[in-house]
Amino acid sequence: MSRFLFPRWSNAFLPLVILLGAIAPLYVGLFVAYGFSPKTLEAGYMPTQPVPYSHAVHAGKLGMDCRYCHTSVEKASFAAVPATQTCMNCHTQIHRESPKLEKVRSSYETGMPIEWVKVHKLADYAYFNHSAHVVRGVGCVECHGRIDQMTVVYRVAPLSMGWCLECHRNPTDRIRPPSMVTQMAWDQNKEMTQAQRVELQNLNNIHPNDNCSTCHR
Amino acid sequence: MSSLPMNRPTALPGFQESDNTAENPGVRAPLVLNMDRFGQVTRQVCQVAESKKPPFAWYAAFTISLGLVGLLGFCVNYLIFTGVGVWGLNNPVMWAFDITNFVFWVGIGHAGTLISAILFLFRQKWRTGINRFAEAMTIFAVICAGLFPGIHVGRVWLAYWLFPIPNQMDMWPQFRSPLLWDVFAVGTYFTVSFVFWFVGMVPDLATLRDRATGRIQQFAYGLFALGWRGSNRHWHRYERAYLLLAALSTPLVLSVHSVVSFDFAVSQVPGWHTTIFPPYFVAGAIFSGFAMVVTLAVPARQLFGLKDLITLRHLDNMNKIILVTGCMVGYAYSMEFFIAWYSGAMYERFAFINRAFGQYWWAYWIMVSCNVITPQLFWFKSIRTSIPIMFALCLVVNIGMWFERFVIIVTSLANDFLPTSWDFFTPTWVDMGTMLGAFGLFGTLFLLFCRYLPMIAIAEVKATMPQANPHWSGYAAHDDHGHAGGSVKPSFASPDALRSPGSGPDGGPSAP
Repeated sequence: MSRFLFPRWSNAFLPLVILLGAIAPLYVGLFVAYGFSPKTLEAGYMPTQPVPYSHAVHAGKLGMDCRYCHTSVEKASFAAVPATQTCMNCHTQIHRESPKLEKVRSSYETGMPIEWVKVHKLADYAYFNHSAHVVRGVGCVECHGRIDQMTVVYRVAPLSMGWCLECHRNPTDRIRPPSMVTQMAWDQNKEMTQAQRVELQNLNNIHPNDNCSTCHR
Repeated sequence: MSSLPMNRPTALPGFQESDNTAENPGVRAPLVLNMDRFGQVTRQVCQVAESKKPPFAWYAAFTISLGLVGLLGFCVNYLIFTGVGVWGLNNPVMWAFDITNFVFWVGIGHAGTLISAILFLFRQKWRTGINRFAEAMTIFAVICAGLFPGIHVGRVWLAYWLFPIPNQMDMWPQFRSPLLWDVFAVGTYFTVSFVFWFVGMVPDLATLRDRATGRIQQFAYGLFALGWRGSNRHWHRYERAYLLLAALSTPLVLSVHSVVSFDFAVSQVPGWHTTIFPPYFVAGAIFSGFAMVVTLAVPARQLFGLKDLITLRHLDNMNKIILVTGCMVGYAYSMEFFIAWYSGAMYERFAFINRAFGQYWWAYWIMVSCNVITPQLFWFKSIRTSIPIMFALCLVVNIGMWFERFVIIVTSLANDFLPTSWDFFTPTWVDMGTMLGAFGLFGTLFLLFCRYLPMIAIAEVKATMPQANPHWSGYAAHDDHGHAGGSVKPSFASPDALRSPGSGPDGGPSAP
């Protein structure tokens, strides 16, 4: 053959090529939108902690308040991870011989802190203040989920910018009386009417910013 | 037919040209010289792509261009890994060489679109000799232009933020900003220009395919010829598609540079905030674009033996357009000054006095002498038809139009509202390297195009030959409408020469 023309069998591929041309952009779009989304990549992150500490036992079964350990959460931007001494407030009396607490006891004796693995990690360029949220009545459960039911803590929320903005743009349904912030099982959307939530929003003067420099300072 | 003074040598020795610029209202001036058979046109254009080795000058130019691409790659990587601080930008002058180069290259492209779309709709037959490589020039210029906004953002890996893509940040570009409109304008421009260029090339690619002897060439040209066989139905659809694409491209000639001018005009910086900007930018774009077409056409026709297809008449016509648009640009410059005075706005007045007599006075006067004074020489026909002079003048215009963008961008920013912030922009070697590198990228792409693709629209050029008219006097005596019974047998009417493109190695005329 002296010149190249498309052979007859190549006609069979024409619908396939058109189909691929139509579907490929859709596929790539969906792949990027869902595959690269923090909902896929970040939510559900559950690292193994050095000590098998169970929030389900302490916060759930025993009903300890979050602030007993995370003391700074109402005053500082950072919700402090408790020192070993906080654990030992009780564990000098309870489960003194438990092999699970071996690392806690050795940390208490040596003074070397336990290397807890951070679960909810924000990017360095995102400024977040726990106190600003907790004091105004954003419940712990809104971002952290039912910690009181987690044996091992994992990330419920994607912590993506779009996820933050969702609430910053429409905070009414996500706020509660500040006295109820640590009540995991309490749901403002069941316990309060829409009108009450709006009233609460006005009462606490909640008008979150959504401009860039609110979080990127 | 021979009533036109043909083959009159021009004045300068060493540049022998057939002069077909004479006007005779009774006779169409020939656009194809020294050829009376369609096959000659095919051979003339195809021999560039078919020759085993291009001329030495091609290798020399390609080596230089490729070297500059290397420089570009180095500069861009250095910028990406270090940051935009490697450029000479400072606090008031936050746009300088980057956006100057962007506007310059986008502007260059406009001549290609004007030639391929507007001149097509106005049935200007001389466009056929130059449209293919002018369109190629458009595409390569827009590629060079697209580089600069991409790298000037600093964090290059976030350049996709230019596009409105749904993302986890819920973040969208500012739809009220002309910078976003620019993304759409230039994107549309590239897409439509590319499709137009490619669709127009399909019959010629088929010609190259049919003539190719190597297996690789046959397959490559064959693949992109999309199975073109030159049937009547093919031609019908092709002509329709071409007309529609021309109609799509026509508004782009005006819209793209208008939107580019909005980048400046919509802001409030004195010297930018001007309503004259859209038409002024469009005229400047066509001005610079045609200067670039002439700059490329002169060496290309010399190098690849295309003087009979890109004739003196083509160049003369383009020089006339350069003269007209040069006058428009000169008018815009003076009108800017008039309005600066007439508006009574002190900041505006200062901006323009500062432009002409401030710290960048030299750039302003380079711009005026290159863009306003130089093209006035094209009033003289002897200059319009002198190859070396027009080449030199067009280079000067290219330089002038680069300086125009520099003057608009840098002088306005360097001395804006706050005298305490005033500063002076000095380019660094990275600025210079990136600018030269963009020329290298452009040159590389253009040289590859010249070497491997049909530089001239073969089928379209044939249609402008008198032989394409079935009533041409050479076919038969006029009064018997071709039924002369073989008494007048034209020499070229062999079956070989009259085949349609794609059906034989020499191709044939198109049927517009």
